[in-house]
Amino acid sequence: MEAQLEKELNFHLEQHTSQLVACGRAPDEARREARLALGGPEQVKEKCRDARGTRWLEDLLQDTRYALRTFRQKPGFTVVALLLLALGIGATTVMFAVINSVLLRPLSYAEPDRLVALRGFTEKFGEFWGFSNLDFGDLKRDSRTLALAAWTYGGGTVSEPGEAQYVNGREISAELFSTLGISPVQGRAFRPEEDRPGAAAVAIISYGLWQRDFGSAPSAIGRSLVYEGKPYAVVGVAPPGFQLDGEADVFTPLEQNTDPRMQNRGGHFLRVLARLRPGFALAEGRAELALMARHLAEEYPKSNAGLNMIIHPLQKELAGDVGSTLWLLLFAVGLVLLIACVNIASLLLARAVSRERELAMRVALGAGRNRLARQCLTESAVLGLGGGLLGVLLAGASIHPFVAFWPGSLPRANEVHLDWRVLVFAVGASLASGFLFGLAPALRVPVRDVERTLRAGARSIAGSSRRLHYAFVISEIALAVVLLVSAGMLGQTLLALSSLDPGLNVHDVMAARFALSPGTRENPEQIRAAWQDVLDRARRVPGVESVALADIIPMREGENSVSYWTTANQPPPSQEPIALASCVTPDYLKVMGIPLRHGRFFNEHDLIGSEPVVVIDDNLAQHAFGGKDAVGKRIWIPATGAAPVLVVGIVGHVRHWGLASDDQSRVRDQMYYPLAQVPAPLLHFFSSIMSIAVRTKIPPLNVVEPLGQQLRGPAGDQVLYGIRTMEQLVSASLARQRFLLLLFGIFAGLALLLACIGIYGVLAYLTGQRVPEIGIRMTVGATARDVMRLVLGQSLVMIFAGAGVGILAALAAGRILNRLVEGMRPAEVSTFAITIPVLILAALFASFVPARRASRVDPVSALRQQ
Amino acid sequence: MAAIKSDLPQGTLDLLMLKVIALGPVHGYAIAQRLEQVSRGVVQVPEGSLYPALHRLENRGLLAADWKETETGREAKFYRLTRKGWKQLETETADWQRLIDAIGLILGMADGGAQ
Repeated sequence: MEAQLEKELNFHLEQHTSQLVACGRAPDEARREARLALGGPEQVKEKCRDARGTRWLEDLLQDTRYALRTFRQKPGFTVVALLLLALGIGATTVMFAVINSVLLRPLSYAEPDRLVALRGFTEKFGEFWGFSNLDFGDLKRDSRTLALAAWTYGGGTVSEPGEAQYVNGREISAELFSTLGISPVQGRAFRPEEDRPGAAAVAIISYGLWQRDFGSAPSAIGRSLVYEGKPYAVVGVAPPGFQLDGEADVFTPLEQNTDPRMQNRGGHFLRVLARLRPGFALAEGRAELALMARHLAEEYPKSNAGLNMIIHPLQKELAGDVGSTLWLLLFAVGLVLLIACVNIASLLLARAVSRERELAMRVALGAGRNRLARQCLTESAVLGLGGGLLGVLLAGASIHPFVAFWPGSLPRANEVHLDWRVLVFAVGASLASGFLFGLAPALRVPVRDVERTLRAGARSIAGSSRRLHYAFVISEIALAVVLLVSAGMLGQTLLALSSLDPGLNVHDVMAARFALSPGTRENPEQIRAAWQDVLDRARRVPGVESVALADIIPMREGENSVSYWTTANQPPPSQEPIALASCVTPDYLKVMGIPLRHGRFFNEHDLIGSEPVVVIDDNLAQHAFGGKDAVGKRIWIPATGAAPVLVVGIVGHVRHWGLASDDQSRVRDQMYYPLAQVPAPLLHFFSSIMSIAVRTKIPPLNVVEPLGQQLRGPAGDQVLYGIRTMEQLVSASLARQRFLLLLFGIFAGLALLLACIGIYGVLAYLTGQRVPEIGIRMTVGATARDVMRLVLGQSLVMIFAGAGVGILAALAAGRILNRLVEGMRPAEVSTFAITIPVLILAALFASFVPARRASRVDPVSALRQQ
Repeated sequence: MAAIKSDLPQGTLDLLMLKVIALGPVHGYAIAQRLEQVSRGVVQVPEGSLYPALHRLENRGLLAADWKETETGREAKFYRLTRKGWKQLETETADWQRLIDAIGLILGMADGGAQ
């Protein structure tokens, strides 16, 4: 193509020349005239190339080759730029991949957008997930728009096949699998007739349990599984990775549960989901549900007055509250990526300015402005894509460690992986980054004054480039300030929260979930004796100081809220105060180290049959009795019957909801009642949810092994599980804040480092450009100190401008943090007082090296450089 | 008479070039020569824009080109019209004719103005 063009134009020139010669001109003269008539051959060629449409592709290839060649020539610059980008894009991609899998990608069920979660709503409690079994039954029977299904938490010991082990379980309604639109990989789902009280015991097992205990054998279907001491026939195996809210290994039919709470309209323990029936829209489902809730409230005012029911998309429900954390982190890594881009932009700009003469030369030789701008952008796009590719590799390697590192359980964690959306995002981020940092050099392609640029010395520098460099440094510092202040806020919050008193002595305490063997849970007397035996045996374990049983453990998942009142005339349910109720044994106070304020705690005389007693905490005493001595007063607790209970003692408040959340929680009153006074019908249920708590004289985890041995029980099927020290629980209650602080700290450190590199690079470059000027200054009498002051002054202007802009942006970012992170403290003057000087010192340090180099300029050689 | 050069109305150069090429395969230099001769020097193609225009028309599929020997034994790129080029020439010529007629009518109006 090129050769033909050349040939065609040559032919033209020769023809013209020979004609002019024929007219009598001298050959040289004729050749000159012909050339003049045609115009500059390179310009003509350039225009001809432009006229052909396929130009851009050839150019692109050429520019790419050229870009790769320049990068090879500058390996240092290229490696640094690629690393910065790989880090920025890699981190951003990981965050996006998690967001994509957890929040954005549709659930992996059929028609996921027609799946909804049902929630209760009252004025007092706001939204909550629990439904009573009776309400669920009525809704399921009556709804025309929604096909409902429900599940609740369960769990127990699987003693056959294999070693006795505790597993998580779910009790599910028969239609759960069909509602979700999934079917077991082996066997079948439950039949409606199996979801009845007294039906044959059947179970569906998880894919994991099937692999572990049944060796993935198809013959597992029909085999027996001893679960909670009762043989179940395995009828199905759930699909791999199936989970609703956390993993579970054994699924049993909900209605086979004979627990009294199944018949209690006030017991909200079911989670309910539904699929919109064909032909109905979400709004119709919502309207019908609201109507049904109103009918239920009219029919059963005692339990349902004020209870509304609402619908959310299931996807949102399952994602829970991790959305805000994820978006915060994406925002933070986005800032780091932005700083990396600005850094590369300033490096590229410095290069572009030093290439100004080369570019001017090419304009003079016929290159179009657009052509050169395109070349600059191609170069940065190649760089961006290269960095992006490395970033994606980095993301691929780090995404699973990151998910594992997530505090607590990340919903849908098993679905997190890189898919095409993530790749599109990564490519988009790479190209956008490339465009961002390629823009400034591209816009600097010379248009006018080509001649002046060519004539000017290599070291003359246009003012606009210096302003742009300033702007880069200022924005880098501002971005770094945002991250630093955010990290500072998180750090202060964490410090403040950690110094809060949890309300108990967390050292040397261990708590584990523990259930009595089903064989010893036949009648109430047997159960009480078995618990007493557990306490006696545990006390004999070497290293154990005191032992107690409790149904809920502070700062651990699980709660039991009851309403109470101080007279027999109860107000409507919506106005009753609520307290957290713990069922404990007498040594509980000693084990947990909770201070006794007044009266007494329980003793061995508080038994079933003796007067029912409770112990309340400071808060309840204050709310119910206005701080007057509450010991000897009575309170009425509808959940435990019509008779009032006697307050025998007041203890300190325990931050049950965690250090971060307790002060803002809705339920802050607490009460304790003795396990020994739990009425017989409820005892069976309580025996499956108790935990054992132990205060030790040796490191608490050291007693786990001997304690487990002591408590195995006659059938060997009583196991300790969910073992935690109180220290672990306290620290886990701040896990989200700590996790955010750690990541923001890392990001802020990176941002600070990048900003310093940026300042160093820009100052080194700008002072390098000013060497001749500095030389002149020194010959006319400036001292080395003056020169240093000059350079440092220049950098101080940038630092302060950046810090100023950054502080404003940080105040806005702080607001967002305050809204999204519980227990967050607002940005204080001290936050800025700690973080800003760090930044200024680091930035000044980065400017010091170029400043010193400038002050050592030898005036004579500097002037010669001109 | 002064030369018009680049003051040719937009798109006119393309039409004139198509017309010249329609007379038979011809190379770039000859196109410029013929335009100048036929118009008696009024139309002077700025040579700098001749070749870009040829390449553009070729790229649009109105022209095709072959390398052939000239009478003097040199190899040159000869342009000819494609079928699409012929069609384009026809419609553009017709358009141009209509425009000239219309302009003629307007310029020929009696001073009394339009009725």
